[in-house]
Amino acid sequence: MSKIRHLISIDDLSRQDIEYILKKADNFVEVAKGKKSLKILSGKILANLFFEPSTRTRMSFETAMKRLGGDVINLGSLEATSLAKGESLADTLRVVQQYADCIVLRHQREGSARFASQICSVPVINAGDGAGQHPTQTLLDLYTIRMEAKLKNLKIAMVGDLKYSRTVHSLIKALALFNAEIYLVSPELLKLPEEILEVDARFIESDLKTAIDEVDVLYVTRIQKERFPDEEEYRKVAGSYKITSDMIEGKDVVVMHPLPRVDEIAYDVDRLKNAVYFKQAFYGVPVRMAILSEVMS
Amino acid sequence: MNVLTVSKIREGTVIDHITAGKALEVLKIIGIKSGSKERVSMAMNVESRKMGKKDIVKVEGKFIGDEELNRISLIAPRATINIIKEFEIIRKFNVSLPREVEGIIRCPNQNCMSNDEKEPVKSFFRIEEEDGRVIARCEYCGKKVYDIGRFLV
Ligand SMILES: Nc1ncnc2c1ncn2[C@@H]1O[C@H](COP(=O)(O)OP(=O)(O)O)[C@@H](O)[C@H]1O
Ligand SMILES: [Zn+2]
Repeated sequence: MSKIRHLISIDDLSRQDIEYILKKADNFVEVAKGKKSLKILSGKILANLFFEPSTRTRMSFETAMKRLGGDVINLGSLEATSLAKGESLADTLRVVQQYADCIVLRHQREGSARFASQICSVPVINAGDGAGQHPTQTLLDLYTIRMEAKLKNLKIAMVGDLKYSRTVHSLIKALALFNAEIYLVSPELLKLPEEILEVDARFIESDLKTAIDEVDVLYVTRIQKERFPDEEEYRKVAGSYKITSDMIEGKDVVVMHPLPRVDEIAYDVDRLKNAVYFKQAFYGVPVRMAILSEVMS
Repeated sequence: MNVLTVSKIREGTVIDHITAGKALEVLKIIGIKSGSKERVSMAMNVESRKMGKKDIVKVEGKFIGDEELNRISLIAPRATINIIKEFEIIRKFNVSLPREVEGIIRCPNQNCMSNDEKEPVKSFFRIEEEDGRVIARCEYCGKKVYDIGRFLV
């Protein structure tokens, strides 16, 4: 395995690379909780370049960096930036890399992070490139699975919008490297696209009830109203993919969600030990710590 | 039977066995467009023993590098190249698929980085074969192009 310099796409990582990052994240769980101090990035500066809105990704990168003793600079409001004055992304990057040791980029254009990695001499981490990739999300999903269930011989059900959810597509590709058995639970209109079905994994079409009894993890995604011809159809379909506490209480299955949720997981699920979606958000911190320390060491 | 549909040239490149109907795209790939000064002749849909019908392109007075010529395989995989000097073929070869091409294919994804005119970026595609078909995959957004001829710059 070669050292990871930029993190652009989960497809660039081998199974060994992924295992390496996840293992590295173990060292940072206590640090991420603030229970242990480890200032290995002190003196380093991270530039958060978010050209698109973000709360969780941006804040968790910031937390990760700061807990490791580093500092963070931000783009600030978009209207106030040089981009509003027509500066190209390329020039913005060439300038910002003069100020920082690493760049985290979210930008609306697909391939923008790849482009940035070609331009920049400092490491670039992709935090979402339009409809493209969001590799740290996939890694934190994998880490959550590893911590709250298991990565070996995993059975996982993908629930909800499997057609448009890129989070699901990336996760499936990564899970294929681990020989997971993947249950697909979605309405007819939102089935997994052909090209993802071509990845080398075992797929099983299922209904929610069966899946809950069979799998270790339910990965729930939001079904969006815009995908349906009319509101009534949407309500009917969305309602039948909603997770409530009586469906899972006492069962050996954990529930994940990339968040934000709307009403696909009832609030009464939160109190169950099956609910791991907030932990999942937490695991974003140690995973990002692992990545930051890897690319900046 | 006179098979010579286009006259002999003294010096230049003859591109033979082009998939019928693709001659204009071949010209595009080797950079010949309106305003070009080279003497070019071509024949479309002529009889071919090997292929039924084929196109032929002859270019005089322009040196074309192998890399450029091999790009022809993206749209005409069976094309053969004949380099002519003093009316004789001094070299002959079959085009072979490049592994990657820069700049000549336009990504069909409007939102792809490579289509941002503000930025100093050139398209970059990796060439792959999928079920016997030649496809190009965008290095930036991952989009696969199946009909490469339609997306030449
Ligand atoms: N694996 C993925 N591949 C591509 N895009 C993704 C992936 N996962 C999430 N996204 C998209 O990235 C965007 C940001 O999501 P996220 O990072 O979870 O939240 P936030 O915007 O609060 O930082 C969303 O539009 C989401 O759909
Ligand atoms: Zn593209």
